Amino acid sequence: MSFQSKNENKEKAMATPSSLASVAANARKPGTNTLGTNALGIGLEARSVHAWFGKHHALANVSLDFPAGTVTALIGPSGCGKSTFIRTLNRMHEFIPGAAMAGEVLLDGKDIYEPGTDVTKIRLKIGMVFQKPNPFPSMTIGENVLSGLKLAQLKNANKDDLMEECLVRAGLWNEVKDRLNAHGGSLSGGQQQRLCIARALAVNPQVLLMDEPCSALDPGSTLRIEETIKELSETMTIVIVTHNMQQAARVSDFTAFFLADGGPGEMIETAATSQIFSQPRDQRTENYVTGRFG
Amino acid sequence: MTQSYVTPKPSRPWRPSPREKAINISLIVASVFSAYTLVAVTEMKGKLAYFFVFFAALAIFNLIRGVITKDWMNGRDQFSSVIMLLGMTIVILPTASILYTVFDRGRRGLHAGLLTNDMSLATPSDPITSGGLLHAIVGTFLLVAVALLVSLPIGILTALYLTEIKGRFTRPIRFLVQAMSGVPSIVAGLFILSSVVYTVTKSYSGLVGSLALTILMIPTIARTAEEVLNLIPNDLREAGVALGGTQWRTVAMGVIPAARSGLITALILGVARIVGETAPILLLTGGGDAVNFNPAQGAMGSLPFYIWKSFLLGTEESITRGWAGLLVLLVLVLSLFLLARFLGSRRTK
Repeated sequence: MSFQSKNENKEKAMATPSSLASVAANARKPGTNTLGTNALGIGLEARSVHAWFGKHHALANVSLDFPAGTVTALIGPSGCGKSTFIRTLNRMHEFIPGAAMAGEVLLDGKDIYEPGTDVTKIRLKIGMVFQKPNPFPSMTIGENVLSGLKLAQLKNANKDDLMEECLVRAGLWNEVKDRLNAHGGSLSGGQQQRLCIARALAVNPQVLLMDEPCSALDPGSTLRIEETIKELSETMTIVIVTHNMQQAARVSDFTAFFLADGGPGEMIETAATSQIFSQPRDQRTENYVTGRFG
Repeated sequence: MTQSYVTPKPSRPWRPSPREKAINISLIVASVFSAYTLVAVTEMKGKLAYFFVFFAALAIFNLIRGVITKDWMNGRDQFSSVIMLLGMTIVILPTASILYTVFDRGRRGLHAGLLTNDMSLATPSDPITSGGLLHAIVGTFLLVAVALLVSLPIGILTALYLTEIKGRFTRPIRFLVQAMSGVPSIVAGLFILSSVVYTVTKSYSGLVGSLALTILMIPTIARTAEEVLNLIPNDLREAGVALGGTQWRTVAMGVIPAARSGLITALILGVARIVGETAPILLLTGGGDAVNFNPAQGAMGSLPFYIWKSFLLGTEESITRGWAGLLVLLVLVLSLFLLARFLGSRRTK
């Protein structure tokens, strides 16, 4: 399926925002990736993942596959453990004092939590875009894009080309090509977020985790980022946390619904996005996606 | 639908009206008048009496004005504004007075050779134009430079340990740093005197003076740098780590550059803490009258020492020299700060 037809899908999605099921039905079907799965590895698998903050059991027993080249949306009300879960997928969870976890996260069949694993290498392969844009304020736009290379001490002969390519893919090139030497902080919020996406792309990750990347953005910037996501899914596996169900329906192949019902957060249901929004198996999922609660 | 309009004249309706301005001025005049009358009538005397009666009167008049024109709340608001003005004046007046006195009296000690001669060939009662304080400037520069070389890395690394590594010793180290910042300078001097001078070097030198200054400087730098680094949002650290950087490279490339101007403030405060420090210098450096470029050997002059000695000698000329030394010290510190500010702000636009 070409990028062109995906754009048409998007237009349809925008045209009938009230009907999530029809949007999801028109969304891209999984397994249509033209590049094939070999170039992408076999993807990411979470096996019985639990997470704690101190004594607080925040997330219980989540098993979820992210096949290579797909977009998976994690939805659910606030505090249900979506962000905690996505942070366990590239070992950002351990960055929080008092954090603990159990279970396995397999990248191409290998547990990223295995003792002796180089965690910086893992994060190189599994990139992350955060909820709040966080460009490095002391660097220029260009330096920000290439900061991952410098941080991980990677060599790249063609830095200018790489910078341009990443900015083009993040949909920011036309807006910043004349001021690559301006500071990252001088951009608007939406531009900063796309800069952070460009920065994550520069190290060429296999998997890209996005934790509510559009929550602080206006509709125009959101649209640009959604286009970017669809385009990126040709070459990488994407996991996106979102509160916007329209967005989940528009961009994802699979959707997983999380809920914390008094206890730790759990994954209630996962399926192809069209199914989650048209005929969910669980009553609670249906209540959530139809807006009856949450 | 767009309506056509005439561009109005920009105005500032929140500013006081001419009538309010007139009332303000008349209240001030009335306060001056009542201060003058009250001091003349009652037994209060002196500038201090004028000062406080003026502010008391101004506060009461503003309170009454507020109550009459609006309500009780507004009266209290006006009253507290005057009290805050009083507080500000109490803070600023002594500083301004000190600066004025130093400039006024130091001016008389200035002469052409002040910055190029030392005191090795001048006696206390020689005319002011003979001798100078080159030795003191050189000494102060060396003392501060050596102390800075030692304390800046230690202070910043301490702050990095407290904010970035957050290891098991964070609490005891933070406690020790706080306790260290309360160490009186004479104690630092005596400590170096007993632990280094009496046991190892057995002689005065600039270096041991710098060591004592280091003890005073490290806690200032460490605490300020810690506060600055704590202000750097955690997002930035996560950004670096999520891009595959090690913690060290994330701190070096992302956190420290973002905290640059704050870290320079830490440096400035550290220098400010020690540049006028006198007690350990008196104990340790020997305070020579000739220029000495070697901090490791021989007596070393410095501006605080020069000032102390000049006032101690007691002749009219040497007291004038002391004021000139004060003026030079002040100007030196001021220009150092301006330079540091300039360097710190140059890249962060």
